[in-house]
Amino acid sequence: MKYELVAGFETHVELATNTKIFCSCTTQFGGEPNTHCCPICIGLPGTLPKLNKRVVEYAIRAGLATNCHIAEISKMDRKNYCYPDLPKAYQISQYDKPLCEHGYIQLSNGRKIRILRIHIEEDAGKLVHRRGDTLVDYNRGGVPLIEIVTEPDFRSVDEAKEYVEKLQLIMRYIGVSDCKMQEGSMRCDVNISVRPEGSEKLGTRTEIKNMNSISFIAKAMEYEYNRQVDLIESGEKVIQETLRYDDVSNTTSSMRGKEDANDYRYFRDPDLVTINVPRERVEEIRAQLPELPEAKKNRYVEELGIPEKDAALLTKYIRIAGFFEETIKGTKNPKTAANFIIGQIFRSVETEAEKEAFDIKVSAEALNELIRLIDEGKIRMNLAKSTLDKMLETGKRASELIDEKDMGGLDESVLDDLCRQAVEGNPKAVADYLAGKEKAVKAMVGFVMKNSRGKADAALAEQKIIGIIKGQ
Amino acid sequence: MSQSNITKLHEGLVNKDFSCRELTEKYLKAIEKDNGELNAYVTVTPETAMETAEKVDEKISKGEDIALLEGIPMTLKDNISTDGIRTTCCSKILEDYTPIYDATVWKILKARNSVLLGKTNMDEFAMGSSCETSYFGGAKNPHNTGHVAGGSSGGVASAVGGNLAVFGLGSDTGGSIRQPASFCGIVGLKPTYGAVSRFGLIAYASSLDQIGPITTNVEDTAIVFDAISEYDKMDSTSKGSSVPVCGSLKNDIKGMKIGIAKEYLEGIREDVRKCIDEAISVYQSLGAEIVYFDIPSIKYALPVYYIIACAEASSNLGRYDGIRYGYKAENYRDVNDMIKKTRSTGFGDEVKRRILLGTYVLSSGYYDAYYKKAQSLRGTIVKAFREAFTKCDVMLAPTVPMTAFENGHAVSDPVETYQTDICTVPVNICGLPAVSVPCGFDEKGLPVGMQLIGNSFDEAKILNAAWQYEKTAGKFRAAGFGVSL
Repeated sequence: MKYELVAGFETHVELATNTKIFCSCTTQFGGEPNTHCCPICIGLPGTLPKLNKRVVEYAIRAGLATNCHIAEISKMDRKNYCYPDLPKAYQISQYDKPLCEHGYIQLSNGRKIRILRIHIEEDAGKLVHRRGDTLVDYNRGGVPLIEIVTEPDFRSVDEAKEYVEKLQLIMRYIGVSDCKMQEGSMRCDVNISVRPEGSEKLGTRTEIKNMNSISFIAKAMEYEYNRQVDLIESGEKVIQETLRYDDVSNTTSSMRGKEDANDYRYFRDPDLVTINVPRERVEEIRAQLPELPEAKKNRYVEELGIPEKDAALLTKYIRIAGFFEETIKGTKNPKTAANFIIGQIFRSVETEAEKEAFDIKVSAEALNELIRLIDEGKIRMNLAKSTLDKMLETGKRASELIDEKDMGGLDESVLDDLCRQAVEGNPKAVADYLAGKEKAVKAMVGFVMKNSRGKADAALAEQKIIGIIKGQ
Repeated sequence: MSQSNITKLHEGLVNKDFSCRELTEKYLKAIEKDNGELNAYVTVTPETAMETAEKVDEKISKGEDIALLEGIPMTLKDNISTDGIRTTCCSKILEDYTPIYDATVWKILKARNSVLLGKTNMDEFAMGSSCETSYFGGAKNPHNTGHVAGGSSGGVASAVGGNLAVFGLGSDTGGSIRQPASFCGIVGLKPTYGAVSRFGLIAYASSLDQIGPITTNVEDTAIVFDAISEYDKMDSTSKGSSVPVCGSLKNDIKGMKIGIAKEYLEGIREDVRKCIDEAISVYQSLGAEIVYFDIPSIKYALPVYYIIACAEASSNLGRYDGIRYGYKAENYRDVNDMIKKTRSTGFGDEVKRRILLGTYVLSSGYYDAYYKKAQSLRGTIVKAFREAFTKCDVMLAPTVPMTAFENGHAVSDPVETYQTDICTVPVNICGLPAVSVPCGFDEKGLPVGMQLIGNSFDEAKILNAAWQYEKTAGKFRAAGFGVSL
């Protein structure tokens, strides 16, 4: 029998606000343990939380970017549980009135993954195990999070991977999070079950907690799918439980069963007032949203004629897309800029992290200048390419690197002269060409390019050279 | 003639009749002498007090102006955080806890150079009506030390009633300012929820807690209230009080409508009823109009209060786990065992009772039957009081249906004791202001108190009514302790 995978995601995304959700401590990652703390975020007796307005704004942005409805009235609730990394013994979160509800993210296969809700909450501290002791670092305590909960709409591991990538991309685009999974600023829990293909009834689900890389998510889901199918096929039952994924052994193991589930005793936090979200404010935030990656990619393909694969590369990081758009301003062919970026520039920013930072020596404006020189016929592509390499190396502008005398098109008669010289000076190449080695013409074109300081149009030179040889 | 001690002492300081140093020393000596008997203070802070006194004297000697509260010896309930001064909530679990920041109310008073004599006794985490759940033993009633000072702000009431401080700040969650003020024959104001910042007040029940003054007379209460009722950005529920109340104390109350909800008079002791009736006559003689009506939902106030207060407390007190500060049990197997042992031995019985009750009413399966229902009834009571204030300007009611309990009585029967909160809890549920004013004595000479209840932010009206009563028929009587002024 064939089994269908059914999965849903709960994703925690750390918001990139400067300060924590309920106090003015920094949200910066790292730092000496317990130095990014104050009486409020370590929950000293008598302290009160004060909601950071930015957090609400960021969450609304995330909601709008994922097609959610934004609640007019929302509130904060207490989720009570006892753990050493939670200094108040309750997490301030949202229970029955989340800020955003009923959105979706569309996948490339056309399926929509429905988003049930997005709510805001505070992060907990971190336990550090050292030499038999357990210590607590509260630096992360009180860092704002959004939790994005989907419906169980995933039917394959590939869909899950694409969703996480898309979500990451969207959150980075709208500037609400850096979504660095390895630093924990994006963490996924997956609910997973299987059922016989064609069945409508959901199987018993398990939940795999806290995964911090897309490849682990994929591996864990595959493992868990196979484990559940094996259980069912051997006549056993899947038990509803919470699992942890071990990336070394590539297996899941039980953290706690259903009967050990916490009773969180949610109730409204009396220390915080109702969150009112006026419609005008939502519209303001909507108007400020940047063009989202999907829309941008489609526009590049449809309006700029960029091949889809290149458009995807250009839109993967908002800095690169911004750079590209700045570069093509007032130029004739956007493809030129795209090729420069994906070709030469990407060679200097190889890793994903480098691409994301996109810290290069050439400004968009400088590249724009270079492309204008091509557009205006002042330099040829070859010269432009070698110049861009120099620009990337030195940070100098094209105007500083190209001699005035190299500027401007090559006079036709000069080109003719050079071509003639090339033919006359390379009898062996001419003989080879005539003997059927078509490539031999390249050597002569090289001569023309060299002696024209790259200003010659290589294609035209080739034509002329062939003409001369054939005319002989 | 002004009854105000604060005003008199202020004039004395300004006229150099005595120095702030002398005044402070006098109080510190009185504490040394009488605190053994009253057990009002759990921490005395002579160094801080003398330091402030010297600062004030220096200002006076330089001819600088001083504010009304400058140099006035006072005290804080031991659940108000004081930077560098231990703040215990009178619990073993916080016995050695010293805050690293100041509560907003203390920040305000500290900036005005009020002289902090020390921190005063209270029921553990403000849970109790007799001060006897305190880890340090209860504070005694200055009118008769065989009786309790009341609770939970028993220490402040005992100190102010026993002349061991000019004024004090307490907190009132279900009557914890008004009840001890009533028991000790002095004035206590529970302000409108949001009028005074709660930042730094160690929480019992966040939606009900409110800090307020305890003084010997209405004018002092007004002066202190005006000082502390500032909007505070650190407390999201803070609104502050926009108009000073001192200016309207002496207004004529002719034609003022004083409402009496019959439910408040049911089941109260005969002698208390008599004092209330006399106060009603006083108001009639001052030209006020008495209006009687029913607020049937008052009968839900006690269960609503205990469910909501305990639910919030169960969450608020979760943080005392022995990990970061305060008491930590010895000999444990692992972290969970440590937390269990710390809480089992660090909290007293009453606190544990309320944590268990609160946890229960929030548990899944019981939430709807208790917590949700209590919240809905809270709304009903709020509506009923709003409606009542369309018929009157202020309401008059007994503060407590009886006078101070004998020592040991309250803790012997917790449920009976809970029931004595019947007159004080409704205003906390509704977030309304109420002031307790002495209005007589029982045959043992124990004080009786009445409360004037106002609509939201109507502190000026209730204090005006209280001041007029006090001026006409005031029942303040000095107890035989402390400093005689």
